[in-house]
Amino acid sequence: MAINLIPTAFLFFAAALLLLVLPQGRIRGAVLLALPLVAALQVFNLPEGIYAQADFFGFTLELMRVDRLSRVFGLIFCIAAFLGNLYAWHVRDTVQQVAALLYAGAAIGAVFAGDLITLFFYWEGTAIASVFLIWARRTTGAYHTGMRYLIIQIASGVILLAGAAIHYRETGSLAFELMTLGSLGTWLIFLSFGMKCAFPLLHNWLQDSYPAATVTGTVILSAFTTKLAVYALARGFAGTEILIYIGAVMTLFPIFFAEIENDLRRVLAYSLNNQLGFMVVGIGVGTEMALNGTASHAFAHILYKALLFMSVGAVLYRTGTSKASELGGLYRTMPRTAAFCLVGAASISAFPLFSGFVTKSLILDETAAAHYPIIWAALVFASAGVLSHSGIKIPFFTFFAHDSGLRPKEAPMHMQLAMGITAFLCIFIGVFPAPLYAMLPYPVEFHPYTMAHVVGQMQLLCFALLAFGVLMRTGIHPPEIRAVNLDTDWTYRWFMPRVIGSMARVISTVWTARETLMVATGNGILRRLYRSHGPEGRIARVWPTGAMVIWIAVLLGVTLMVNFAS
Amino acid sequence: MASEVTHTAATFADHLPVLQILVPFIAAPLTVLIGSRALAWPIAFVSSAIAAVIAFALLMKTMGGEVISYHLGGWAPPLGIEYRVDAANAFVLLLVCAISTIVLPFARTSVAAEIPKRQHTLFYTAYLLCFAGLLGVAVTGDAFNVFVFLEISSLSTYVLIAQGSYRDKRALTAAFDYLMMGTIGATFFVIGIGLLYMATGTLNMADIADRIAEQGSNRTVRSAFAFIVVGIGLKVAIYPLHLWLPNSYTFAPSAVTAFLAATATKVAIYVLMRFVFSVFRPDFSFANNTLEFIIIPFAILAMFAASFIAIFQSDFKRMLAYSSIAQIGYILLGIGFLTQTGLTAGISHLFNHGITKAALFMGVGALVLRTGSSFYSRLEGAGRTMPWTSAAVVIGGLSLIGVPGTAGFISKWVLVQAALEKGWWPVALLIVASSLLAVIYVWRVIETLYLKPATGDAATATEAPASMLIPLWIMAAACIYFGFDTQITIGASQTAAQGLLAGAVGMAH
Repeated sequence: MAINLIPTAFLFFAAALLLLVLPQGRIRGAVLLALPLVAALQVFNLPEGIYAQADFFGFTLELMRVDRLSRVFGLIFCIAAFLGNLYAWHVRDTVQQVAALLYAGAAIGAVFAGDLITLFFYWEGTAIASVFLIWARRTTGAYHTGMRYLIIQIASGVILLAGAAIHYRETGSLAFELMTLGSLGTWLIFLSFGMKCAFPLLHNWLQDSYPAATVTGTVILSAFTTKLAVYALARGFAGTEILIYIGAVMTLFPIFFAEIENDLRRVLAYSLNNQLGFMVVGIGVGTEMALNGTASHAFAHILYKALLFMSVGAVLYRTGTSKASELGGLYRTMPRTAAFCLVGAASISAFPLFSGFVTKSLILDETAAAHYPIIWAALVFASAGVLSHSGIKIPFFTFFAHDSGLRPKEAPMHMQLAMGITAFLCIFIGVFPAPLYAMLPYPVEFHPYTMAHVVGQMQLLCFALLAFGVLMRTGIHPPEIRAVNLDTDWTYRWFMPRVIGSMARVISTVWTARETLMVATGNGILRRLYRSHGPEGRIARVWPTGAMVIWIAVLLGVTLMVNFAS
Repeated sequence: MASEVTHTAATFADHLPVLQILVPFIAAPLTVLIGSRALAWPIAFVSSAIAAVIAFALLMKTMGGEVISYHLGGWAPPLGIEYRVDAANAFVLLLVCAISTIVLPFARTSVAAEIPKRQHTLFYTAYLLCFAGLLGVAVTGDAFNVFVFLEISSLSTYVLIAQGSYRDKRALTAAFDYLMMGTIGATFFVIGIGLLYMATGTLNMADIADRIAEQGSNRTVRSAFAFIVVGIGLKVAIYPLHLWLPNSYTFAPSAVTAFLAATATKVAIYVLMRFVFSVFRPDFSFANNTLEFIIIPFAILAMFAASFIAIFQSDFKRMLAYSSIAQIGYILLGIGFLTQTGLTAGISHLFNHGITKAALFMGVGALVLRTGSSFYSRLEGAGRTMPWTSAAVVIGGLSLIGVPGTAGFISKWVLVQAALEKGWWPVALLIVASSLLAVIYVWRVIETLYLKPATGDAATATEAPASMLIPLWIMAAACIYFGFDTQITIGASQTAAQGLLAGAVGMAH
């Protein structure tokens, strides 16, 4: 088929161009919805292989490398783009529409990139396109947050390029294949992936920027950037042991921040970080089944995380706030949104019959099988934490808890539709995991619904629910207070500016001193000229020439010395 | 002499090296003799276009590594003057001609707005002389001839810069300063050539190279090298010798700045390369040490110091002038590596930076035409009223940073590879770090054009005329094009670098 010759990313870019000439309204909306479906069909049907190649600068770029790993990520990205665009049907902002398409296109392009240069181009593409979803809120706060986000994302790309350059110098190959950590080049590439994957201490951009985007922008943002990084790690660093520990830390530390956070979209951003941890552990374990677990968990995660962001977004859209302290009791007027939110919550908490259950247990089992008992325990603990902050906290404080007195309308129809489809997919995967398992990179021999799995998970969930109930009753659960928690951002926002500030003072002092010295030199020459040439104003302007002549003399002297000495 | 026949050029094509110079050289007095204001520009443009065709033909001939030796008036070198074209100078010739041909249509509108009518004819005369001078410097193989052409181009440059005085009187002092400094630099250069003549008794560059290679180095040769490097270094605007550049570029008419920034310093760099590699050979330890202990440190200093100054500027044009000084640092750094890759990086950056700066300075020219100023405070919000101009400026800015997909990236990539190849990790990091400074100063421009609310003149400005937009966009498109198709730039640079590193192959007879 002719369409197979076009890289999927280009379909998105072409559609983004097309949008610019189409009038706002239904036609544009139709393009925004149809294109991801066409792309999904293309990705689904493409046989494995390398499709588009281009020559650049003496290298052969592989624009479209399809294998089982890239296909499953490409497919879920297309689905996420479709759902995000459906959710954003009401948006009449060209910037957001175009940015969403370019962003999705770049992410898909990166997934199919067969070499590091192509990967780099798309890597930066996702950064640049996505920042407009944050800026589209058009507030000063969003502008500055977006700027921070952009700087970090671009820096990640620059580090990737540097790593690729050094890797090329070391190995003579730019192919994007499995690498072993060890050389500077691979470490840089690893760091770059880690920044995008929000490794601990590199994670602040995520919690900072996702809640700052527009209602619909956050839904789109949550799908691509970090999962692209997960894909890149799975492709490049599968089986790298350090990832297991990084991932374990990632699953644990956001729990505490999520517990005390008031802004529900920030809570979701923390829980996103926690979920990434599971995938990173899976990559670190690196067995076929673990990678299957990572891929399927990413697939399910994109769906239920989008669903949660959609439901909180719908609340924000109707009430104008996403603060837990200001919400509550919304189930009365937004019953369907509440129901969808519960599905999302059940999925992320890995209730049996929901998508999280069938994918997360793959990773947990493989971790246990690979003999990492402590890591396994950490993941189990983190699962309980997920239930607490995402599974219970989000729906409970939004739709139940104390009555806030707000009586907003039910979410708009297209939002309900988007949430409905996503919720359906979450349940479908949970009930019939076979089609998803069939798409995974490696053959799957796994039965999620064994007695041990179900009972174990139910025990965990019940105790977490019990704990939550007890904590609420006894008043130990942190109350929802209006506060901004700075996390380790304290280092970047408070400490670093002061360090940089004092450095800047030193530099500017030196600079001024140099300037003063130059002026003084100039003035000295000027005085002599003044004495010898009389009070002619014309000469007064000559001092820079004089300074220059001194420089020439100095340079000549030095050059002669070097020449004679050697 | 058996090779007598080759001295007499047989066909028209054999005369190309001299025609390269003759066309603009005859056109220059022609504008004065005809004396018609209406015809001055067409003459300039046509001669420039013809020169561009010739330069292209020469590059095609020499791309394979061939060296053309043309004997002026049939007098055999070393006594006669020899024009010597290889890939290195053919590449520079093409750069100069192409920039001139594209800048001239832009200049017509810009000059009409910035310079009074009675000066127009003489302006184009001076322009053609400058153009011819730059070509002459690049084409000749005779050391003293280099000096003569250098003076022709310099003297007319001073005149061209002084033309800016109708907009800002400070152009006069800028031109005067440059005249003083340029003359000192040229004097140093000619002293160096004098010393060489003393040591070798010849002025033909290839011949000098042969004799130095035979007799080895001595005090005279070493002094000559020092004088030539410092003298031409002033024209190049090596960091501490750059003081003439910011004022000259800022106060010169927009078209002149666009032309000079893209060509004059680049031709000077070519001369530096020619002397360092073809005349002296870097295997002399003094030449090697000079590059390693003087040129490279100052090049790195320039990359940072000039970038910092550029960040703090409040005038767009002046910012670009300082950024030129920083970018020259990259070129010199590449040359200083003394490797095939380093030289390739230097030569390709010479070209890529040339087109980038031409695009940016033309962009400024268009902004100045419509808003009357190049200060950031007066350009705020111009992105909305002058979308095409601003978009081209952004493309140029991205190329200046070295964003992938632009010409600037290609040469910086090669430069980083060259640093890595030598195992100089810190230098590679410094290159990347200083590129980040470029991000800051380019971002200030983007912020001014797009993110600030439109005020004053920029709010009511209209888009620049097509005569400006077309050349501007040709340059902007070239910045993108050469970011993807590297056949011409990297290919020619590689051949040129090979030629230079092989040293002078001796006299062509």
